[in-house]
Amino acid sequence: MVTMAASDVHRTIDAVWRIESARLIAGLARIVRDVGLAEDLAQDALVAALEQWPESGVPRNPGAWLMGTAKHHAIDLLRRRERLGRKLVELGHEVEAAEEAAAPDFEAALDDDIGDDLLSLVFAACHPVLSTDARVALTLRLLGGLTTQEIACAFLVSEPTVAQRIVRAKRTLAEARVPFEVPRRAELAVRLSSVLEVIYLVFNEGYSATAGNDWMRPALCEEALRLGRILAELVPTEPEVHGLVALMEMQASRVGARIGSSGEPILLLDQDRARWDHVLIRRGLAALERAEKLGGAFGPYALQAAIAACHARARTPEETDWAGIVALYDALAQLAPSPVVELNRAVALAMAFGPAAGLEVVDTLTSEPSLKGYYLLPSVRGDLLAQLRRFDEARHEFVRAASLTRNQRERTLLLGRAAACSHGSPAPHER
Amino acid sequence: MRFMMLVKASPDSEAGVLPSREMVAAMGKYNEELIKAGVMLAGEGLHDSSKGARVSFSGQNRTVTDGPFTETKELIAGYWLIQVKSKEEAIEWASRVPFEDGEIEIRQVFEDSEFPPEILPPGEAERERAMLEEVQRKAAKP
Repeated sequence: MVTMAASDVHRTIDAVWRIESARLIAGLARIVRDVGLAEDLAQDALVAALEQWPESGVPRNPGAWLMGTAKHHAIDLLRRRERLGRKLVELGHEVEAAEEAAAPDFEAALDDDIGDDLLSLVFAACHPVLSTDARVALTLRLLGGLTTQEIACAFLVSEPTVAQRIVRAKRTLAEARVPFEVPRRAELAVRLSSVLEVIYLVFNEGYSATAGNDWMRPALCEEALRLGRILAELVPTEPEVHGLVALMEMQASRVGARIGSSGEPILLLDQDRARWDHVLIRRGLAALERAEKLGGAFGPYALQAAIAACHARARTPEETDWAGIVALYDALAQLAPSPVVELNRAVALAMAFGPAAGLEVVDTLTSEPSLKGYYLLPSVRGDLLAQLRRFDEARHEFVRAASLTRNQRERTLLLGRAAACSHGSPAPHER
Repeated sequence: MRFMMLVKASPDSEAGVLPSREMVAAMGKYNEELIKAGVMLAGEGLHDSSKGARVSFSGQNRTVTDGPFTETKELIAGYWLIQVKSKEEAIEWASRVPFEDGEIEIRQVFEDSEFPPEILPPGEAERERAMLEEVQRKAAKP
């Protein structure tokens, strides 16, 4: 028993919940075979803790306490429901049988199968039967232990919207009779890629927030990283999981350097590298090495991580291995061709082999419908033209880019460059 | 937020006594738990202070004092760096360390964002030639 002031108990319960909730829900879902019901039961146990711990103190093993309490709730509930139908009777027996098998050592039950249970929960939350929004909400709720309010705050939607999304998602899972299990070998790769996509989506949602005025969005990056790291230990032989973790670690390492004092974005080559987080870089490089050792160097996430690693390894922008980056983009373009990857490849080509090489690729993209309205295309093209001293064309591109961006600072900057082109100079300020 | 869990030295750790096999195994299990929970960023044990030194500052002068140092309880014997959501979560993790005696001190790590810009100025303003960061982010859908 840990003694503490009653006022601290609630905060401690929050902490315990964050550590234990996913394992708790997963363990319960294995028994009741219903993710939604499992979460309700876990919530009931949380309520019981909130009622009892301020009086009794926090138990020595809070996870086991919560599990024990939730299991008793489960049995009560299922017994009460027994008369409702045979299926529930069966469920009730299943619970009892499972309990007999597992009892009395809840802790051992938690430890033994928890990896598989947790993984089953991950796959259920990211099941393809759910919409992407629902997958994200359910993952954050069931695996991240986030409250509805926190999720709503992070995604700038209302709390009832999130609550409804979660209720509907749980119902969908139940109605579709999604089994609570780890997918078999053949299916695993596809299902895993859905999980990785959800995690990276959460990460990007936090990462793309430009201003630091919203505390929840940086927290999303941390949450996605935590989920990625957990997943990496659950399926340690899957290289793309490590690729994704590597990518997120390295992108997160630049969070502190990428926003200026007035909230303006600072682009990669202009960032103060001393402010990159070297703990995260080291972790990112280690995760990338793990992916590569597992033969996953050419997975889409691993390739992106390898590109990020080229930047992370360079002590100054001038040291950047641009030829290496070009090669990685070549591979990425083969694997997952997209106009945006192509535009990236063009920028890298220009950095490695001069503006003409980049422009050649950029020019193939100007009629690309998916890049229509994308300000970075004319912006990149304008820059390459200016470097080639084709100022008239460059000015035209900068003006177009300025008209396409919604960011005021960016627009000012682009118009400045357009004006400089009128004076026959590649940049508005001296380089 | 990040916390350091600092392990205080003990007469044993200062004498260079290695932990028992049981303790090493228990610590391995604990570290694994931290890693599986996705909270562990780094962690290491430190040699006893006889293998260390102190550099003290007074104006332009630097004085080097070789270890060992006597005030055992004030010395650090190891650390974990963890990423958690609250101090209470850090306390919860620290409480789970399989020690039978000794002490762990929990300290929050400063983030860049906690410094006002006049103390820690941001990097040079942007040159938009370098658009990679943003483009890369948009390329993020493999």
